[in-house]
Amino acid sequence: MTETTLYDRFERVIDTDPKLVVAVLAVIYLAYIASGVAFGYSLRGQLNSLANLTFYIGVFGMLALALNLHWGYTGLFNIGIVGFMGIGVYVTAILAKPPVAQGGAAQVGGFGLPLGIAVIGGVFMAAFFGLLVGLPALRLRADYLAIVTIAFSEIVRFTMMSRTFQEFTVPDTVLGYDLAADTVGLGGGGGLILNYASPLEALLHALYLWEPYLGFVSFVQANLIANNPRPVVDGVVYGLLLLAVCGLYYWLLTWTGESPFGRVLKAIREDEDVANALGKDTNRFKLKSFVLGCALMGFGGILWYAGRGSITPPSFRPNITFFVWIALIIGGAGSNTGSFLGGAVFAALLYEGPRYIKNLIEVAFNLGDGPGNFGQAMAALGSLDPVPFVLYTLNSISELRLVIMGVVLIWLMHNRPEGMLGHRKETAASIDLSRPGGAKSDAAAADGGDQQ
Amino acid sequence: MSEADESAGEPSIPIEDTDEMSTVPLEVENLRKTFGGITAVDDVSFEVEKGSLTGLIGPNGAGKSTTFNLITGMHDPDSGTVRFNGEEITGLAPHEIANRGLARTFQIARELEEMTVLENMMLAPKGQIGETLWRSVTPGVRSDVQRQETQHLERVWEVLDFFEIDHLAEEYAGNLSGGQRKLLEMARALLTDPDMLLLDEPFAGVNPSLEKRLLEHVHELREQGYTFLIVEHDMDLIMENCERVIVMHQGRVLKDGTPAEVKQSEEVIEAYLGGEV
Ligand SMILES: Nc1ncnc2c1ncn2[C@@H]1O[C@H](COP(=O)(O)OP(=O)(O)OP(=O)(O)O)[C@@H](O)[C@H]1O
Ligand SMILES: [Mg+2]
Repeated sequence: MTETTLYDRFERVIDTDPKLVVAVLAVIYLAYIASGVAFGYSLRGQLNSLANLTFYIGVFGMLALALNLHWGYTGLFNIGIVGFMGIGVYVTAILAKPPVAQGGAAQVGGFGLPLGIAVIGGVFMAAFFGLLVGLPALRLRADYLAIVTIAFSEIVRFTMMSRTFQEFTVPDTVLGYDLAADTVGLGGGGGLILNYASPLEALLHALYLWEPYLGFVSFVQANLIANNPRPVVDGVVYGLLLLAVCGLYYWLLTWTGESPFGRVLKAIREDEDVANALGKDTNRFKLKSFVLGCALMGFGGILWYAGRGSITPPSFRPNITFFVWIALIIGGAGSNTGSFLGGAVFAALLYEGPRYIKNLIEVAFNLGDGPGNFGQAMAALGSLDPVPFVLYTLNSISELRLVIMGVVLIWLMHNRPEGMLGHRKETAASIDLSRPGGAKSDAAAADGGDQQ
Repeated sequence: MSEADESAGEPSIPIEDTDEMSTVPLEVENLRKTFGGITAVDDVSFEVEKGSLTGLIGPNGAGKSTTFNLITGMHDPDSGTVRFNGEEITGLAPHEIANRGLARTFQIARELEEMTVLENMMLAPKGQIGETLWRSVTPGVRSDVQRQETQHLERVWEVLDFFEIDHLAEEYAGNLSGGQRKLLEMARALLTDPDMLLLDEPFAGVNPSLEKRLLEHVHELREQGYTFLIVEHDMDLIMENCERVIVMHQGRVLKDGTPAEVKQSEEVIEAYLGGEV
């Protein structure tokens, strides 16, 4: 009896998962559209803001899913996420950038490889550094991993900035192969200019969809946005692409979790000694989980940054790592659906939300320039004029964002430490574990009956 | 008992007695372990015979659990050797020892609390192909994984039935009572298909009728060639069921013999039995 009701409940939860995702996304998008309409955004403005929103939902969704593999499944405390993202992008950039022209400018060159190959190289190097970091650190006590990963991510950032690696020459031929680039490098504090075809364009070319895509853009130009529609369409399509990649992550990680492999990861999270006593080589499992997660983080970093005009070291500060952690905590570690939703909610409310609200208010009220510093704002407030203070607050919104995140975190810790879906642990098995053939046999039922 | 017969189906295929060594699966020689100033295990040597049920008793703090930890690789001994089925296993990692067929349970049951009873059990079987990541995530190959899981699941349910914890199958292990955890732990250890089981106070907190059934099962398995080393404080249980008893006291082996010999030993009576029997 109790069994059937339990299963019913389980069944229902499974059933509502996609619905929950759709519902949360619908609320977010409707809120953005509605407020955009209320404040009189043009179609172009609307699409731009939605594309931007989708972009951040996509990247934070991906990264939260990858972190869930580390923390939610395996209990690995990785606080160096941004380091693996940075390695992914930088390696991709160096491999894909065209070689410098003879006697070229100050900019460093690259190897001029096709972007697809460069991306694979970036993901591979992120995984490789995951291996390098994990090999020693995962054998130590759990908290050492935290120290090692954060230190690692800072080392990565300082390496990006260092003069030593800013530019170095590559031998003309290595083992008989002529490398296209003569000088490559990390570009130092100035970063790298990503002077290669955009990832979207490269992908569409590879899929032979470039011509249809251009056709679609002209269609949009003729019917919807007369003036230069490419960037808008690019943004929207890239956002959708990111959501599709989130779907792939979700699928990969769900199969990873719902398998004997995932079961061992879960056991390691609960009590590593027990897993060992049952004959599982836990170090191997931890390492595999760590490396896979790092590869996924590297790919996340690539999709976030490789489509920009340039990359600079300050983009890879630890705050990105903590953003991803907040997303995971909001969603609930242990659940893939929760991780994605956490990423979406974080992106919409905490990451993009404040900036969006600021833009809306500015458009709506046309308040003019704010005071230059806090003192002026407070002085005006003293003479009962709130406008300068409001303006000052709005202008500091990106700093305030951190305060808001802190408040939300504290609230969550007090009221819902398990996050939106944290207490829903997906069963770690590739099959339904209910009794084969349904109800128990009569004899067993009688036995069990005695017992109770 | 039909479940027992079925669950025994696989292991009852006799374990091959190829070399003479394996008549003594476990040999412990001069094991020694100190923690700071305390010598928890002091020059302990004993052998456990194949297919036997051997009791390991002694007052609290005698060093019984530490001996288990040394044998199963959870602690490294300061000196001494452990042999299993003729192979030296001293200093091997716990998982390597477990994979050689030496399973153990913990004195304080260690459940994987946020995993269900079923997940706990499914973890145990050896040689799970789906523990290799790529197999579990490659379309097509994953169906092989699922097929093997289905086989394991059948066995899991049989064992759950036998241990009478099938009604708890969907429950999180963290919600089980102390006795139920002990059962789950023993059931899980059995599912690894070991040659030998080290059980640290397996019956503490288990109700008497079930304890009887479990003991019957232990005897059945023993006849099939499984070997047991059991730590237990219940003297009657040990004296009635074990053919051999090792008594430890203050880290040393005080007496090693049949229950009758142990009962008559002056030293043992003085050190341990005096107060209790
Ligand atoms: N990890 C450890 N660190 C320090 N001392 C330890 C450790 N493990 C055991 N000891 C000490 O070693 C001695 C033997 O402990 P052990 O747990 O082996 O006893 P036991 O025979 O299992 O007792 P009980 O019947 O109470 O379970 C005790 O004095 C204990 O305090
Ligand atoms: Mg003990």
